[in-house]
Amino acid sequence: MLSEVKLMFDQIIQFLATGLSIGSTYALVGLGFAIIYNASGVVNFAQGEFVMLGAMSVVGLLGAGVPYPLALLVAIAIVTLVGFSLNKFAIEPARGASVVATIIITIGASILLRGAALLIWGKDIFSMPAFTGDEPIQIGAATLVPQNLWIMGITVILVLGVRYFFDKTLIGKAILACSCNKTAAGLVGINVKLMLLTSYGLSAAIGAVAGLLIAPIAFTSFDAGTMLGLKGFAAAILGGMGSSMGAVAGGLVLGVLESLGAGLISSGYKDAIAFVIILAVLFFKPSGLFGFKSVDRV
Amino acid sequence: MSIQLQQTAPSSQSKATTDPTLKVEGLASHYGPVQAIVDISLEVYPGELVTIVGANGAGKTTLLHTLSGVQRASTGSVMFEGEDITNRPAHRITAGGICHSPEGRQVFAPLSIEDNLQLGAFARKDDKTVIEAEIENIYSLFPVLKEKRLQAAGNLSGGQQQMLAIGRAMMGKPRLLLLDEPSMGLSPLLVGEIFDVIQDLNNQGVTILLVEQNARAALKIADRGYVLESGRVAFSASAEALLNDESVQKAYLGH
Repeated sequence: MLSEVKLMFDQIIQFLATGLSIGSTYALVGLGFAIIYNASGVVNFAQGEFVMLGAMSVVGLLGAGVPYPLALLVAIAIVTLVGFSLNKFAIEPARGASVVATIIITIGASILLRGAALLIWGKDIFSMPAFTGDEPIQIGAATLVPQNLWIMGITVILVLGVRYFFDKTLIGKAILACSCNKTAAGLVGINVKLMLLTSYGLSAAIGAVAGLLIAPIAFTSFDAGTMLGLKGFAAAILGGMGSSMGAVAGGLVLGVLESLGAGLISSGYKDAIAFVIILAVLFFKPSGLFGFKSVDRV
Repeated sequence: MSIQLQQTAPSSQSKATTDPTLKVEGLASHYGPVQAIVDISLEVYPGELVTIVGANGAGKTTLLHTLSGVQRASTGSVMFEGEDITNRPAHRITAGGICHSPEGRQVFAPLSIEDNLQLGAFARKDDKTVIEAEIENIYSLFPVLKEKRLQAAGNLSGGQQQMLAIGRAMMGKPRLLLLDEPSMGLSPLLVGEIFDVIQDLNNQGVTILLVEQNARAALKIADRGYVLESGRVAFSASAEALLNDESVQKAYLGH
């Protein structure tokens, strides 16, 4: 009896550890959503495609003989450029379009990017080598592969970096200023277009990192971004759209719930959990767990 | 309005030979098919406090928006210190020395007061210590802002937000300060306080173009005034002459 309880407990620790690791990538994808939403009020549905392109670019670069660490960096650079281009050629020309129209543009962009990936890499499923081998590591009751630690470590660094950027640097504050009042931002000398471009680039880069962190564990293919994008969206909704730290917390919670649900109930329900969360949050607490309280006085 | 007031020479503070800081000629602007300003020409000379008064919808705010690049001019020109700045993007006009405190304050509500002031200096290349010293200057002008410096700007009262909006514009180190309806929604006591500050700034040498619906208060502190009607300059004169003119009193000063 006692050993059964201990086994159960050990299992839960294992689920938590895996959940936190997968949740970290959801957190990064959600962070990408939050950054663009913060800067422009737009939900960028091409965010998942940034994730896919990150992983697929690494696969492509490795295939072309580029050494591993360099391939990672080049892949991030490529996806950042894709983010810049999305803003420059699809979002910026539609300046003055409503937020809803802009969101539809991002949906179109995601279909285009997925189609391009299909043309370049075909329908095959690719695996990506782990950063530092597959030797399992025992931490307490949980067994993790080194890639899990990479995921969590890099996520922590990126999240702290993003937080520092928006809280402490003038450029970060300028992006926030654009999000709350574009006219006034222009009037204090902020180049609003440039700030939006920056936020798309930053968002794309973070998406790419999420992609190449998770690909060694979860495989990748031209359509891998759809599900990851939706998970990240669920994370952002759960945390409260527009709160970047909320999106991070939302991602971790989602990852853990998914992992527990798959382990304790049935792995068939794994992907359903994200959608149940979206629906539940929209129904019961549309501002999310950490949504902004509006502080505006007219 | 039948009277014809003579265009007065620039105020005593500037010499007749000085070039205008701001020279607007034949400026027009549209919102879609609606013409908001039709034909506006005006000048502001160095060190002056010029006010633009007129009824709601006369085009006062549109005029300021067109000057600072928020709104496109359809015809006409805006010259600042002898340079043509017509239809430059807003951030470049600000960097060039025209700072605009917009109608309705428009502070960055979720950001702190200090962040708002720092962002006011966004276009400047000056050293951090210089900027910090100037933020202290703004605080000495509006001590209440210093007390609340780490609070979100959205939590301030209307009057305090107005102080912040003026302070934020001052942080751009303007050679021309545009103020849009600084008295809007404020109690008479606060209006007096804000107008004292505007006059102080002008006395310190800041050139100011002030748009106001509160024509009396504006004309009292201004050197010269322009009266706008349906997007055109109806007349202009020294502030004193406008204050004493019967038809202006009837139409705008509530006599």
